[in-house]
Amino acid sequence: MVKVCQSTIIDAPIDEVWRVLRDFNGHDRWHPAIASSAIENGEPVDAIGSVRRFRLADGGELREQLLSLSDTDFRLTYCLLEAPLPLMGYVASIRLKPVTDGNRTFWEWRSEFQPPANRREELTRLVTEDIYRAGFAAIRKLLSAGQARTPVAARPIATPIETRPASRPLEPISATGSDHTRAIVVARHGGPEVMEFREIGLPEPGYGELRIRHTIIGVNFIDVYCRTGYFDLLTPPGVPGMEAAGVIEAIGPGVSGFRVGERVGYACPPVGAYSERRNMSPELLVRLPDDISDETAAGALLKGVAASFLLHDVHAVRPGSTVLVHAAAGGIGQILVQWARHLGATVIATVSSDDKARLAERLGAHHVVVYSREIFADAVMEITGGRGADVVYDAVGSDTFAGSLAALGVRGHLVSFGQASGPVGNWDIGRFSSKSITVSRPNYGHYTDTPDKLALQMNRFFTALRQGVVRIDAPRRYPLAQAADAHRDLESRRSTGSLVLVA
Amino acid sequence: MPKVYVSTVVNAPAAEVWKLVRNFDGLPNWAPFVAESRIEQNARPDQIGCIRNFRLKDGGRIRERLLALSDYDLSCTYSILESPMAVENYVATLSLTPVTDGNSTFCEWEAEFDCAPEREAALVQQIGSGVFQAAFSALKQRFAR
Repeated sequence: MVKVCQSTIIDAPIDEVWRVLRDFNGHDRWHPAIASSAIENGEPVDAIGSVRRFRLADGGELREQLLSLSDTDFRLTYCLLEAPLPLMGYVASIRLKPVTDGNRTFWEWRSEFQPPANRREELTRLVTEDIYRAGFAAIRKLLSAGQARTPVAARPIATPIETRPASRPLEPISATGSDHTRAIVVARHGGPEVMEFREIGLPEPGYGELRIRHTIIGVNFIDVYCRTGYFDLLTPPGVPGMEAAGVIEAIGPGVSGFRVGERVGYACPPVGAYSERRNMSPELLVRLPDDISDETAAGALLKGVAASFLLHDVHAVRPGSTVLVHAAAGGIGQILVQWARHLGATVIATVSSDDKARLAERLGAHHVVVYSREIFADAVMEITGGRGADVVYDAVGSDTFAGSLAALGVRGHLVSFGQASGPVGNWDIGRFSSKSITVSRPNYGHYTDTPDKLALQMNRFFTALRQGVVRIDAPRRYPLAQAADAHRDLESRRSTGSLVLVA
Repeated sequence: MPKVYVSTVVNAPAAEVWKLVRNFDGLPNWAPFVAESRIEQNARPDQIGCIRNFRLKDGGRIRERLLALSDYDLSCTYSILESPMAVENYVATLSLTPVTDGNSTFCEWEAEFDCAPEREAALVQQIGSGVFQAAFSALKQRFAR
């Protein structure tokens, strides 16, 4: 029995090293000896017992089976099933440990096998040098290059201004090599006119990235805030947009679990959706079910996810409670009205015009207030017999904030999640004690910044769509080149429902 | 149960580092905060169950019992019997692993213990940085090449 044990220190955090190594089918993307690899029978790469069939650069073909995988111990074990060399009974394991002193990684790669006596030295050397040491060197190179290209996803944020996620600088269009794509570029902060439609550079997907070809792109009020500079999410010149649906076009090194051609959607920073194609980190993506169209996903994913956490997590709407929804004919307002009614609440909707009032009624609002004509806080008190609303969903901001406070009942909850009419300004919270009021200022990022959190909201929303709890009207479509018109319509309050760009 | 884990890389072969750290009575030779040490009852320092009784430079006294020592795994496990830190059920393991690439040593030191909840963060910090990392830093410096 020969035992080989090799170890090294990689100058990268353990999570980054593990992300590459745990992908049982990803070795062809980093190990120089391996030309191509595939998992048999379409098994998941992290299913114990799955078999990878791979071809070496010199043509030899091998099969190896995954025996164990632990994300808590950073360890995986596999064995050789078939090989052109007599590495009899070869069982190998990879184990990582953190080096806390310097945030590096200790990596040990060991194996046991029974070679024929006359080839013992040759095979031991091959495993030690051509497989293990060559692998160490390749990972070291990959991760130092990867770190330079893709800073490890400084994740989310959406609404407030507390933190700045990296909006990536635009790639210059180089004459050679790198590809390009057409996109809307915000040249400087300002009105809709600062948005230009032009060609920009698009690098190959970097380490831990994949490339999406957009089909439909969502337009949201947060994009306006990015364009004007009200939110610090886009540094000009940059591409706005946080929501889109499309198809995976290419997969970078270190990415597993996705296939070229799969339909995906996303609704999150970093900005960059107003483009025909972009690179993106896979953990931000959701696979789109067959019964969810690209148009629905791009037009409603961000709003649906927001509505999901607003109605369940920020405030859990209960049967019999009274919910006030402002801008009920808007993209997110429409979803809030339908879903809150389904949850058993009495829904009072405010809108700016009679046309929009009819729409809000059709969506199921029990009472509709046209706030340009009536003082909505008084109307709410009248409707509730003086009790007031249990919760108010207010993304209008400046124009409605004071009225929203007045419309609340005792121990009411004001959820302020936007400021379409301007910032709400400064308030003396001491006054809130007159009704024991709670005010929330939820940040989209904090409810969606891990795959688990995001999946919870996405699943809730997809279920609501399937059950018909929430119906989404076909969004209004604009060509990508005319994104400025879409912004003008959104800001002038001319629009109802969702707006999308067609890439 | 709070846990502390600290690891580092020392630029010397594991056998050499082990020669220094396997001596359960040898803390004053390398841990900068230990003033003096003895093994109680005249036991050998590699007798499983022996107790080391040592004084810190700040005056504190600690008694620790050797629970396991392996020259094969290059590891040493011990518990605290008495200390000024107010911890209970404290068990720690110091272990070394050779790094074949460059012939250096991966050193790990971990501990688990019980304590009053409000002291947990401070103790984790004190043990992690003030004890384990401080000793590792001295070890690294000693073997710097």
